[in-house]
Amino acid sequence: MELNQTKMNLLREIAGLEAVPQGAYNIRDNGKLAGRNTTANIDIVTKTDKPGIDIIVKPGTKGERVDIPVILTETGLNDLVYNDFFIGDDADVVIVAGCGIHNAGGLKSEHDGIHAFHIGKNAKVLYVEKHYGEGEGTGERILNPTTLIEIDEGGSMTMESAQIKGVDSTDRVTKATLKARATLIVREKIMTHGKQFAKTDFHVVLEGEDSGAHLISRSIAKDESHQHFVSCVDGNNRSSGHTECDAIIMGSGTVTAEPRLNANHIEASLIHEAAIGKIAGEQLIKLMTLGLTEKEAEEQIVNGFLK
Amino acid sequence: MLELRNISFSAEEDGSGKEILKDVNLKMDERFIAFTGPNGGGKSTLARIIMGIVKPTSGRIFFDGQDITDLSITERANLGISFAFQQPVKFKGITVSDLIHLAAGKKLSFGEVCEYLSEVGLCAREYVNREVNASLSGGELKRIEIAVTLARGSRFTVFDEPEAGIDLWSFNSLITVFERLSKKTAGSILIISHQERILNIADRIVVISGGRIVKDGTKDEILPDLMTGSFACRALEKKEEA
Repeated sequence: MELNQTKMNLLREIAGLEAVPQGAYNIRDNGKLAGRNTTANIDIVTKTDKPGIDIIVKPGTKGERVDIPVILTETGLNDLVYNDFFIGDDADVVIVAGCGIHNAGGLKSEHDGIHAFHIGKNAKVLYVEKHYGEGEGTGERILNPTTLIEIDEGGSMTMESAQIKGVDSTDRVTKATLKARATLIVREKIMTHGKQFAKTDFHVVLEGEDSGAHLISRSIAKDESHQHFVSCVDGNNRSSGHTECDAIIMGSGTVTAEPRLNANHIEASLIHEAAIGKIAGEQLIKLMTLGLTEKEAEEQIVNGFLK
Repeated sequence: MLELRNISFSAEEDGSGKEILKDVNLKMDERFIAFTGPNGGGKSTLARIIMGIVKPTSGRIFFDGQDITDLSITERANLGISFAFQQPVKFKGITVSDLIHLAAGKKLSFGEVCEYLSEVGLCAREYVNREVNASLSGGELKRIEIAVTLARGSRFTVFDEPEAGIDLWSFNSLITVFERLSKKTAGSILIISHQERILNIADRIVVISGGRIVKDGTKDEILPDLMTGSFACRALEKKEEA
């Protein structure tokens, strides 16, 4: 597999990859397969009815990692892909996804990934997803990921998603249904600048007894960007749900947080926390007393917040 | 080393100016100076004026002969003034180690970071990677604030009521920190305190009340008066007697 400098840079940004990964991987480059590897426990199969792949992890697979990065460097490309993850019972794996767009042209580049997770009984998944955009062109860089999650009894998933730079518009939808004793943790980090727009829409259904979800979003809206955070948790059984939106606004940035908790069971315990505001003046002052300029202090606070 | 000339400060309150400080003049060269006096007397405002957090309405401030009245907080910090807050500031995502590094302005070894933390009775292994957020107790934040300030190694360090809000057990070890500091510090320390044991280690005590310096001298001159309550409010005293 041959990848040029621009493409390697995108891979580094979204997946921390310096070279072709070890273990199972599938690299999608401008809508086409650029490389794939499977292992004894993890199979990757191209879908026949629509674009996309099935990632099949055998029951009991432990300690393996799957990389499925997507890179877009052609301007004007609209890439739609359906990826299904079948995680066998008792498996414990790390999945690293992400999309990097380098748009050097004047046309819109868009990647819409629809990822469906079917997580088996007592299986454990760490899913890391990073979105990144760059390029000197005036064309928009758009990413609209949809993540559909079903977690079977006792299973768990931790989803870490980050979009720190260069994506003009994103509409992110995450829907999850949890069976008994299943847990879901989502940690989302978003930074928008310029005229960017980011929408996050979570809907988690706590279906099974003793299921639990934590949805944590930290975001920074700079310049004239706007973010809209929607989080809806349905507690349909004895369950616990917690959503947290913590946002810093800078310049003329704006943020809307829209929580919705539906307690449909007497033993459902649901909490929502939201805090939106500019950087606290006392934080800037404290760092300035340590010798930092106001601008350096601001950078430290922003970097720490999104760390 | 630090001189305040004719410092006055008024704050807007209900549309009219309230005088917080009235023509304060003070020259400080001692190693360990304490400000004390009743709450609301203007001590903290004066300390904030020294750091540049608050601008005086009139008057000038000199540091080693240089007029620093118009310098920013950052510029004063870089000249060698530092400030430990009465209520330590909390940060999301910034760790104890980050703050100590920023304060020191250079890369430190684990051993060096450990040194600053053990100075205030904290075990570095437990704390270096902790975020300086609400998960830390008031006493822990207070000690971290002092450790961070020590890492500045400034020539003039202000501690605004380091004893406020900490438990008795922590307080005893805090006194030890300042006793040690008063012996080995290379620069000057200005501490705002209401505690006799802290005032006891000061070379000089300045009593500030009603926006003015009402008394200024060595601890032998000031402490006996303070203890007999000659600065206390007459009305309150009468109430207590009755």
